[in-house]
Amino acid sequence: MAIRPTTSWIVPAGLAAICLFLVIGSLDSALFAQQTVSGLANGGIYASLAVALVLIYRATEVINFAQGALATFTTYIAWQLFAWGLSYWEGFFATLAIAFVVGFGVELVAIRPVERRGNQLTVVIAAIGLLILVEGAIGWIWGNDIKFMPPPFPAHIYRVGGVSFSRQDLSTIGISIAAVVLLWLFFQFTKVGLAMRAAAVRPDAARLVGVRVSWMLSLGWGLAAVLGAVAGLMAAASPATLLQPSMMDSVLIYAFAAAVLGGLESAAGAVIGALLIGVALNLLSAYVSWVTPQLLLPVAFLLMLVFLLVKPSGLFGRTRVRKV
Amino acid sequence: MAVLLALRDVDARYGQVAALRGVTLTVDEGEIVAILGANGAGKTTTLRAVSGTVRRSGTIELAGRSVARKGPEAMARLGVAHVPEGRGTFSELTVWENLRLGAHVRRGSLKDDFARVFEYFPWLEERRAQQAGTLSGGEQQMLALGRAVMQRPRLLLLDEPSLGLAPLVVAEIFRIVGELNEREGTAVLLVEQNARTSLAAASRAYVLEVGQVAFSGSSDELAERDTIRKSYLGY
Repeated sequence: MAIRPTTSWIVPAGLAAICLFLVIGSLDSALFAQQTVSGLANGGIYASLAVALVLIYRATEVINFAQGALATFTTYIAWQLFAWGLSYWEGFFATLAIAFVVGFGVELVAIRPVERRGNQLTVVIAAIGLLILVEGAIGWIWGNDIKFMPPPFPAHIYRVGGVSFSRQDLSTIGISIAAVVLLWLFFQFTKVGLAMRAAAVRPDAARLVGVRVSWMLSLGWGLAAVLGAVAGLMAAASPATLLQPSMMDSVLIYAFAAAVLGGLESAAGAVIGALLIGVALNLLSAYVSWVTPQLLLPVAFLLMLVFLLVKPSGLFGRTRVRKV
Repeated sequence: MAVLLALRDVDARYGQVAALRGVTLTVDEGEIVAILGANGAGKTTTLRAVSGTVRRSGTIELAGRSVARKGPEAMARLGVAHVPEGRGTFSELTVWENLRLGAHVRRGSLKDDFARVFEYFPWLEERRAQQAGTLSGGEQQMLALGRAVMQRPRLLLLDEPSLGLAPLVVAEIFRIVGELNEREGTAVLLVEQNARTSLAAASRAYVLEVGQVAFSGSSDELAERDTIRKSYLGY
C-alpha cells in the first residue's frame, strides 16, 4: 500500500484567503473581531480534544468515542480538587497528572484485552461502552446537577482600539495552543515520542527494533486523556458551558468533525479544522439570523458534508492507494 | 568459536499450518551462515522464530541462554537485529529518525554510532532529513542495514537483502555486510534467494525443504554437491 500526499496549493491558498477575510473583517468591525476571537477560543477547546482523537486514531485506527466522557470525568476530578481547597493551577496540573494515569489505566484495563482478541470494531464498541460507563459513574459520584468551576484568571476585558477581548477567551486560546505545541515538541524531539510515532505507523517493524508497542499505545491513551482534560477544564471555565455529565458531548462532536476535516491522521489538520469550525459557527450565529444555537450542530455538519464531498481526504489527509 | 545461536528441534506454525518441523541449526560468534531453500521452505520463518515474530516451540538459545519464550522487543534488547524482507523501513519517518529508532534499545551517547553508520553509508548523512519512503529500494535496504548497525547487534538476521535490487547494488550490500562482520564481529544469519551470492558470503549453509533441514555443511562443500547445484545454483 503506497501513500501519496495529495495536499496541493489549493488548501494553503484557501486557508490564506480565510485568514485574510478574518483579518480584514476584524479591522473593519469590532463585533466581527470579538466574535472571531471567541470563536478561536471555542476552536481551541475543540482542537485539544480533536488532537486527542487523532492521537489514538493514528495509533489504532479507532475513533475513541469515550474521549469526551473521559475529559468530563477528569474535569470533575478538578472540581473535586478545587472543592478540597487546591488553588487553580495546583488543581490544573494535578488534574493533568491524574488524567494521564486514568487514560493509561483505561487502555490497560478496558481496551488492551479487547484489542488483543478482537478487531477495530470491537474496540469501537468497547469505547462506546466506556462512554456510557464513565458518564454514569460521573452522575453516580458527583450527581447530575450543574456545578460551577472557578475560572483560571479573574474576569477581565482587554480593550484594543475599541474592540474588547475577554481574558477568558484569550487564555483559552493560549492554553489550548500551548498544550498542542508541547505535545508536538514531545513527539518530534524525544526518544519516546519517536518510538510512539514508529509504533503508530509500523507496529511490527517497531517491535523488531525493541519498541514496546503495547506500552506506547497505553502512553498514547494517557497523553490523549491529558489533552482531553485541558479541553474539559477550558470548556468548564467558559461561561457558555456548565460542568455537568454531558458537558463534552457536543464538544466531542465538533472535535470529531474537526479531526475529520483535518484528515483524521494529521494533528495540524485537526487544529486548523477545529479553529475553522469554532470561528465559522460563532460568525454564523452572530451574522445569520436563522442560525439559532439549536441549529449550530446541523449547520456544522452540513458544512462538513459539503467540504468532504469536494475533498474526501480532508485538509491534510492522504489518499491511500492500495496496490493489488 | 563459541556458539552464539543454537536452535534445536524448533517447530513454528501459522495458525494450523506448520512452517518449521524440527529445525536444528547453530551460528557461531562472528560467523556468517546462510539458509537456502525453495519458496515456502521455511527460510523466513526460521529468522522469525529467532526474533520471536512467529509462534514457535523447541529450544532456542542465544549465547547459552534460553530465549524460546521471548518476544521481538526482548530479542532486540538481547542484541538480535532482524532486517525483515521488505526491510521494515518506517517510510513516513526521516532517514535520521529511522537510524535513531535502530538505537532504541541502547543507552548513552549515539554520536559514535551515527559517525560509524555515516562511514559505511556516507550518502545517508546528506539525506538525513529526507523521508525514508522516498528512497530507492537499494537505498532503503542500506538504510535498513544502517539501522541494524545503530543497534550494535551480536546477531544480524538478514532476510532477502537482494530482493528486487540491481546486481551492482546487491554487490555493494554484500560488501558492506562482509565488512560489518569483519570489523564489528557481528554474526549474520542470512536468507537469500540467490544461492551463489549467499554461499560466497557465508562460511556455512543450511538447506531447508518443507520446514526441515535437508542438508548442511560448509559453503564450499554445498556448492560442490550436485543436488544443491542443480536445485539452487542452476548449473
